[in-house]
Amino acid sequence: MSELEPEDRMRFEQLVLPHIDAAFNLARWLLRGRTDAEDVAQEALLRACRFIRGFHGGDARAWLLQIVRNTCYTWLEKNRPMELSMEFDEEIHLQASATPETLAISGDDRGRLILALETLPPRFREVLVLRELEGCTYKEIAAITSLPIGTVMSSLSRARRQLYSALANSSQKGAVREV
Amino acid sequence: MKCDFTDSLLQGYFDGELSGRRAAEFERHLQHCDHCASELVDLDWLSGALRLTQLYVPAPASLRRKIDAYVHPKAPTAAPSQPLLWHWLAAAAALLVVAIVLWRVSPELRSDDYQAELAGEIVDAHLRSLQPGHMTGIASNDERVIKGWFDTKVKFALPIRDFAGAGFVLNGGRVDVIEGRSVAVLVYEHNGHPINVFMWATQEPDTSPRTGSRQGFQWVDWRKNKMEFCAVSDAFPADLELLRQLINSSV
Repeated sequence: MSELEPEDRMRFEQLVLPHIDAAFNLARWLLRGRTDAEDVAQEALLRACRFIRGFHGGDARAWLLQIVRNTCYTWLEKNRPMELSMEFDEEIHLQASATPETLAISGDDRGRLILALETLPPRFREVLVLRELEGCTYKEIAAITSLPIGTVMSSLSRARRQLYSALANSSQKGAVREV
Repeated sequence: MKCDFTDSLLQGYFDGELSGRRAAEFERHLQHCDHCASELVDLDWLSGALRLTQLYVPAPASLRRKIDAYVHPKAPTAAPSQPLLWHWLAAAAALLVVAIVLWRVSPELRSDDYQAELAGEIVDAHLRSLQPGHMTGIASNDERVIKGWFDTKVKFALPIRDFAGAGFVLNGGRVDVIEGRSVAVLVYEHNGHPINVFMWATQEPDTSPRTGSRQGFQWVDWRKNKMEFCAVSDAFPADLELLRQLINSSV
């Protein structure tokens, strides 16, 4: 392992590290679990640190999230290739991550929402997470996912529809509203 | 009732992505379109539910500690003693030797490190590209069509050549991300084996080819005329070398 140059370390700490929460959050939702997310987010952050010279200014959060996303997809291809071949209209239901966290709350609305989000195919889940949880603009999402803006918009629209109907079908719409 | 306004316009309005003029136009439409009004209420409800449920998961302290330990490796603590002068001299001499040795070998060490990291990223990108529908952003064997597609996406000139005569059929190209920067990829096929050729601009001097294999894939990396190339495939190493020579002669 080569030593980190002081200048690289400074740039990493000032520009990239402030987005560590965004990195972990995206990994957690793409991989549907905290433990895997921590490993993969760590790998992505170290990668970003080693390649900080490849970052020539601009949006550091988008740059980092692009690396996180690629690292997550590579991990999924190696460990859970089925999830990636899943198409939106296919009747495949992912088993939501059975962490103690989700088990403990699976009976309530928060659990239902997590379940609905986790059963979306990754390509739709990621745009929804980037938009609704991370507050990214369409342009930022397009940069992070390397998708055209039109595709970002249509993915977002379908993800929202799917999530909405999943929640509405569980007829708990009113209850969630009151959380 | 289905209305003329497309779904994307409604969504763009909701997400604050429309220009002022478009937004005003949509608002006028909204006053007499129940369909859009009710869709907007649904979008708002969903967004509110996601926000209120606090689904954002911040990084755990353990992750922060691991990153911090990498960024600030702890120096081994020296024994708190009062060294004599000759201790200092011996230490200084030893340091000098270490410094000289490091100075002589470190460029290569660092370069090998870089090569291993790069090969890992390239093979990962190659694996990603093998997923259905991920191989090409532009599927064509027409050099001019591919060049036109890349012109708007990368800032460097690419040597785009079809070597079908030599058995390397150009299938198209795409833009990928390696080490956090966008790179151009030309996709060839040889005897049924897909070959990805990654290329990007560099300031580094030319190098002779370096080769290696990783996870069952062969790669060859070289630099010429301010461009770095890395070809990766499950094709035979000799075939990869042949393609490298063909590309090199066209740069």
